[in-house]
Amino acid sequence: MQNLEHIISAAQQDFSTCGTVADLEQAKARYLGKSGSLTEALKGLGKLSAEERPAAGAAINVIKQQVESALKQRRNAILQAEQDRQLANETIDVTLPGRNAGTGGLHPVSLTLRRVEELFRSIGFEVAEGPEIESDFYNFTALNIPEDHPARAMHDTFYVDDKHVLRTHTSPVQVHYMQDKAPPLKIIAPGRVYRVDSDATHSPMFHQVEGLWVDEHISFANLKGIVQDFLQRFFERDDLQVRFRPSFFPFTEPSAEMDMSWNGGWLEIGGCGMVHPEVFRHVGIDSEKYRGFAFGLGVERLTMLRYGVNDLRLFFENDLRFLKQFS
Amino acid sequence: MQFSENWLRQYVNPDLDSQELSHVLTMAGLEVEELLPAAAAFTKVVVAEIISTEKHPDADRLQVCKVDVGSGEPLQIVCGAPNARAGLKAPCALVGAELPGFKIKQAKVRGVESFGMMCSAKELGLTEAHEGILELAADALVGQDIRELFDLDDQLFTLKLTPNRTDCLSITGIARDVTALTGAPLSLPQIAPVAVTATQQQSVKVNDPAACPRYAGRLIHGVNAKASTPDWMVRRLERSGIRSISAIVDITNYVLLEQGQPLHAFDADKLKGNIEVRYARNGETLRLLNNTDITLSQDMLLIADDSAPLALAGIMGGEGSAVGDETANIFLESAFFAPDVIVGKARRLNFSTDSSYRFERGVDFGNTVQALERASQLVLDICGGQAGPITEVLQQLPQRKPVRLRLERLNSVLGIALDTALVSTLLERLNFGFTGVEGGFEVTPPSYRFDIEIEEDLIEEIARLHGYDHIPALAPHDEQRMLPSPEASRNSNWLRDTLAASGYQEVISYSFVDESWERDFLGNANPVVLKNPIASHLSVMRTSLWAGLIETLVYNLNRKQDRVRLFEIGSAYHAGENGYEEAGRISGLVYGNAAPEQWATDDREVDFFDVKAEVDRLTAGRAQYVAAQHPALHPGQTASIILDGQPVGWIGKLHPKWQQQHQLPRSAMLFELALEPLLQGKVAAYKQVGKFPPVRRDIAIVVDETITVQMVLDTMRSNKNALISDIALFDIYQGKGIAEGKKSLAFLVLMQDTQKTLTDAEADAVMAELLDLLVQQHGAALRN
Repeated sequence: MQNLEHIISAAQQDFSTCGTVADLEQAKARYLGKSGSLTEALKGLGKLSAEERPAAGAAINVIKQQVESALKQRRNAILQAEQDRQLANETIDVTLPGRNAGTGGLHPVSLTLRRVEELFRSIGFEVAEGPEIESDFYNFTALNIPEDHPARAMHDTFYVDDKHVLRTHTSPVQVHYMQDKAPPLKIIAPGRVYRVDSDATHSPMFHQVEGLWVDEHISFANLKGIVQDFLQRFFERDDLQVRFRPSFFPFTEPSAEMDMSWNGGWLEIGGCGMVHPEVFRHVGIDSEKYRGFAFGLGVERLTMLRYGVNDLRLFFENDLRFLKQFS
Repeated sequence: MQFSENWLRQYVNPDLDSQELSHVLTMAGLEVEELLPAAAAFTKVVVAEIISTEKHPDADRLQVCKVDVGSGEPLQIVCGAPNARAGLKAPCALVGAELPGFKIKQAKVRGVESFGMMCSAKELGLTEAHEGILELAADALVGQDIRELFDLDDQLFTLKLTPNRTDCLSITGIARDVTALTGAPLSLPQIAPVAVTATQQQSVKVNDPAACPRYAGRLIHGVNAKASTPDWMVRRLERSGIRSISAIVDITNYVLLEQGQPLHAFDADKLKGNIEVRYARNGETLRLLNNTDITLSQDMLLIADDSAPLALAGIMGGEGSAVGDETANIFLESAFFAPDVIVGKARRLNFSTDSSYRFERGVDFGNTVQALERASQLVLDICGGQAGPITEVLQQLPQRKPVRLRLERLNSVLGIALDTALVSTLLERLNFGFTGVEGGFEVTPPSYRFDIEIEEDLIEEIARLHGYDHIPALAPHDEQRMLPSPEASRNSNWLRDTLAASGYQEVISYSFVDESWERDFLGNANPVVLKNPIASHLSVMRTSLWAGLIETLVYNLNRKQDRVRLFEIGSAYHAGENGYEEAGRISGLVYGNAAPEQWATDDREVDFFDVKAEVDRLTAGRAQYVAAQHPALHPGQTASIILDGQPVGWIGKLHPKWQQQHQLPRSAMLFELALEPLLQGKVAAYKQVGKFPPVRRDIAIVVDETITVQMVLDTMRSNKNALISDIALFDIYQGKGIAEGKKSLAFLVLMQDTQKTLTDAEADAVMAELLDLLVQQHGAALRN
């Protein structure tokens, strides 16, 4: 039996020198193979007497289990080492840049329009649209700007023919909408507008958002409330002050210019007023029963103030180095 | 409207400084656009008289002057001005004076003590001219402060007036409003009829009383047209931006500014017979005061005499009857012309005058004769002469109709609560006539207000006077109802986000383009043309957004960008049979490599199929593509995009000739789609998912290379076997092993039975059916 005890330590010693699973299989054969030492020992049992054989057999089995256990242990150790080596080989530089499909983005004017739409939608305003090539009826007459009215000189109008213009403001959308739908009405109408004017502070094409609320109990105080609420939310500044100054638009009365506080002064941000009864008359709304307010905001102006852009022309040059800043 | 603050304060002088007054005006709707000092700041400059001069001992160009500044002892002042001479009165800056940019100290000039400085107009910041020291009038009072002499402590107000406030186109009008706003008393110039000392009277005939409801005029004989205009008048005119011309013209301009009444002076000796106010006859011509010859049209109102037109009524006088230096007798006209007769005429002639500007908007018809008396008095005072009696033709003056103002309406429109007493006070301050009636007032506006015709006009006036600042900002209360949110329709923002996520940058380009884009690039001979484009290269409305994208590409390539992906959402405009049509488009351009240059991706030029994938995404895979031709695109790499059987757009590679024309180093891929169909989606509807595993079979066939994949797919799908759940191309091959002119296509076919597992035999039968179809319809052969 001493001989057998020796087998355990010899096997352990032998296994421990094996670096690969293949080496280990060869070493295993030396103990557990056909002519391995344990197999030989088992074969030797036959020479023993019947009385001796069970005890000797049991002892050999214990040894065999121990050898197998040592084998398994070593195999696991080798596999673990192999896996560790492989994982180590698979190490990457995680700081390499990810595969890049390029970044796109929205035009800053789009970003502003989206914010404006979301803010007004949150209090139930729907978005309305209208044509940009507009008849002079919708652009002027229905807005109480008759032919030869001096107010038409306020607009430097692009003419398509004698009766059609590129709309000079988004206000005609009011008229279309009021013709089609019955009050109460709450809409904003964003879109492109056109004036024959081009210099550092004027673009022949720009964007406006028109707002309109028509209902039975709408007042000028409500107009002030909505505009102030919008500007404070848009600029995310609760302390933003809004000032209303008397002004004149043929399609509203009373009319006002809206100024907002900015860097210690006042900045003109748009025009507004109560819908003029003449406009209601053109669209068949009873101005004794209903009242409404309308306002128009310059989208580029809002965008410039929001993002600190100092040159209107940047919006239409479409320089990618400018546009990418808003991605 | 620009004017001198001091002039205004002579009529109304509220207890406000210039800034405060400016704020009051702005907040009352008379926006102060600019507020500038009339002169640069300086101190201690007085009228001085040079008593004697002698040459400086050490400098040829300098003189040593003894100067009386009214302080008793004459001062010794060294002066370099060539016009310094004994007896001359000129401004003298005393020791301690502060001038624009420098201070005056007692100094030695080349060894001679000097106690001050004789000043030029330039040194005082009065003009740019630099011609020696400023020569003052001989009667200037020695010792008087120059600022006082020239009334320099004054501010220039520039108002940006709205078209309704025609009544504020005069100092009198502004003064009236300041009184209404501040309550400060109004003291306007007293105007009394001048003494009539001559008998001659000009006969006047007004043919169309509606066009000229009131016409007044008088002859003044024996005037001195060469008389010089008094300094105070020149100054006030200048401070309103009007250059002094001659006494008589200056007086008419002055009364225009003061009273708001345009006047005209004719040389009476150049009039032939009667004055007639009439419309022009066809073919009549007139040389205007600005020396332009115009041919008159029949809707132009004239002042004419028996022989010819004299003046365009209310717009501009004629050269032939103009007042000149030799004029001895004048006919002075003050009239009221109806606004709708004057409006637009000057604009048609491409000019505007102070007179036409006012008549177009409305001139106080109650003040016609007063203004004539005022001008007469000034002519007599300045030019002398004898005034004849006034000829006045007065017919059909406009009536100011009373306007009802309901207190309840006023308060509910404004969202405030004013009481009768307060509204009465405000109406009184406005000088509006009114009577109290049930529930409100009946208000009669004065003749100078052309903007008070309906109740809203009064509501605005009350709000303006009460102050917009005193109206609260209140959130409206209304019934809360949710907005519809149709799930089957998508917002264009979804398209924007989709493209931006694919690396596209949104741009916004002009809706008008160069005509050549439409004509050549798009083959559109009939674009919508602007009658008055901003520039010749922006003269037609676009029918495609590609022009803007290509111009943007070129702009950015010039700025060293080498991979560009752009999109725009906007309208395209067509001249249709039923008028103008416009529809939203979404358009994209891709240029350069498929991916940005980077370590882990091979450089590959973007191609048709990269962009097609984008269109598939935008159309949720519903689009079909048909090879087609487009003038802008490569003839072999262009498809018309079909959605639900309708052509909705184009995709393709930029035609090499345009690539060359725009000097693009590489080509570009383009697509454009109608916006509307892309915004229509559908609400998902559940279909049962099969419980049994799908079966995949592959089929590879060889067909003529002219047969498109779409044709093969359509054929297989036409089989409509319910077991087939999907068919997809997974390989395409031409080359070794495939005959010339042929190609191999490999498809996978997924089959599924919702009720049971498919047997091999069933699957084989389906594949055999498909192959039969392909053999019959496309002459396909099974590839080994």
